Amino acid sequence: MFKATGGERVMEILNNILLLLISVTMLFPFLYIFSVSFSSISDVLNSDFLLWPKEWVTDAYTYILGSDQFIRSLWVTVYITVVGTFVNLVFTSTMAYSLTRNIIGQRLILFLVLFTILFSAGMIPTYMIVKETGLLNSLWALIIPVAISPFNLIIMTQFFKGIPEELTEAAIIDGANDIQIFTKVILPLSKPALAAFGLFYAVGHWNSYFSGVLYLNDPAKWPIQVILRQIVIVNEPNAALGGHAAMVEALPPPETVQMAAILLATLPILIVYPFLQKHFAKGVMLGSVKG
Amino acid sequence: MGKGRLVIETKNKKIETLDSALDVSNNIPTKRKKNSLKKKLWRDRYLLLLILPGILYFLIYRYIPMAGILLAFKDYSPFRGFADSPWVGLKYFKLIFEDAEVIQVIWNTLQISMLQIFFAFPISIVLALMLNEIRNQVYKKFLQSIVYLPHFLSWVVVVGITVIFLRSEGLINSVLVNFLEVNPIPFLTDPAMFKPIVILQVIWKESGWGTILFLAALSGVSPHLYEAAVIDGASRLRQMWHITLPALKSTIVILLILRLGNVMDSGFEQIFLMLNPFNMETGNVLDTYVYFKGIQQANFSFATAVGLFKGIIGLILVVLANRLAKKFGEDGLY
Repeated sequence: MFKATGGERVMEILNNILLLLISVTMLFPFLYIFSVSFSSISDVLNSDFLLWPKEWVTDAYTYILGSDQFIRSLWVTVYITVVGTFVNLVFTSTMAYSLTRNIIGQRLILFLVLFTILFSAGMIPTYMIVKETGLLNSLWALIIPVAISPFNLIIMTQFFKGIPEELTEAAIIDGANDIQIFTKVILPLSKPALAAFGLFYAVGHWNSYFSGVLYLNDPAKWPIQVILRQIVIVNEPNAALGGHAAMVEALPPPETVQMAAILLATLPILIVYPFLQKHFAKGVMLGSVKG
Repeated sequence: MGKGRLVIETKNKKIETLDSALDVSNNIPTKRKKNSLKKKLWRDRYLLLLILPGILYFLIYRYIPMAGILLAFKDYSPFRGFADSPWVGLKYFKLIFEDAEVIQVIWNTLQISMLQIFFAFPISIVLALMLNEIRNQVYKKFLQSIVYLPHFLSWVVVVGITVIFLRSEGLINSVLVNFLEVNPIPFLTDPAMFKPIVILQVIWKESGWGTILFLAALSGVSPHLYEAAVIDGASRLRQMWHITLPALKSTIVILLILRLGNVMDSGFEQIFLMLNPFNMETGNVLDTYVYFKGIQQANFSFATAVGLFKGIIGLILVVLANRLAKKFGEDGLY
């Protein structure tokens, strides 16, 4: 069908090479971090490795995983991610579904939701309301103020609109009320979509850093990203890991600790990534359909 | 409404006989006008229950804070509380324009946003065009899954990687020192380096993900157009110019509008994580400034005023950009 001329062949080859190079720049940092995290102190000091450790050493990992502070912050993040995503899905799906029915005030509500995408009160007034509602220094501060993403709400509304109305009508004839229709007809049909929204919300919770700094004073409640910043960016791995350094005879080199920490904090994302990938193209395209 | 409700439940089947029968009678037009609001509320009672959490959320965490904007017109002190703090009118807004630091911060914000629009945004388009040229679908999927990945990393991880590579004893500097025999470059503390690094980070993290909407738009282009172009003797470059790019036009316009509307946002977490005492002057942007002033120095009213100023400019820009798009015959956002 397509006959390529000589020049076009060259272009195609160049295009392939360039894309391969781009992929390498995306992956290289990971390979490097991976290999340093498993390297021994002498190899790190001599830069005697690049993409594969010469000898495998797991000191950095045992050191990090022996830190109470690190484990605690991992649990905090797991808790926020699980509970937060559940709250996200409940709040978003109930509201999105109600908006697909001819509920009273539907247009006004939709307008008010859209408006929050265009304009928000800003950090200080939001901080004040979080304080006034008693969430300051509680893990709920990382969950409730972000319970609904207006973007996701709109996309989910679009999705629910795609479910054939006949199903709802049939359920009404069977005498189901709206809550029953939602839980017994709509939700079971939306499992894949809910999984997709859930994954996106979950990644957001796992990666969220700043709300932890803004709303939580107690280091025992800090999520993993806050600890990770101290380990890597502030460059104080031993202090951030709760000073259990004294109990360890030979400290692993700070570089390897930093890289191991990055990998450990990113691992869950890498694990769910294949599932994310399955969904995101669909999700984003749904969103691009204007309603 | 004291409706008699008779619910017969048999295993999984629920039959509400009287209730649904009465609901039908509600729709008789003669009765509708009276009490129509009441009836609507009753008709929607379960839906209203479902939407209640969402409504409360938007009310409390999105709209009450908008009332909190009034702080910007008061001399707020936490000891006196919101109600008892005196009104000061536009005092803090005047301060914005008298403060050289704020002007610098606004300038930094605009510069970083504009650099992103000029560099990062077109790269997504180019990358989408490049991916679109790949014929082998398996290879294309593979490349896509690699370039999308950085989008899902946290900013702490991305800035952490940057620090690891760019610090004085990091990989880049050791290559510079050992192989090129030049002095190490203080990437992280040099104020002049701040903006280029921040832009490169955005390109690394988001340009792959940015292709997704363009590729979605391209998947809708009919292959017949390309076949016809080939018959007419159009080269691949010409096909790209006359078929592929026009297919992307409305997506580009919409995304540009969105980006222009956010021109006052330049990526809070990223900038916040990249800032240090040495690069404040070139790196401090509106969001981080609001945080330092408002939360750290407890200058609530002034910080709220700066935040409000930012929000209003953003809103005006979206509305203007949307008008502009419509003038050019595009759909726009709303």
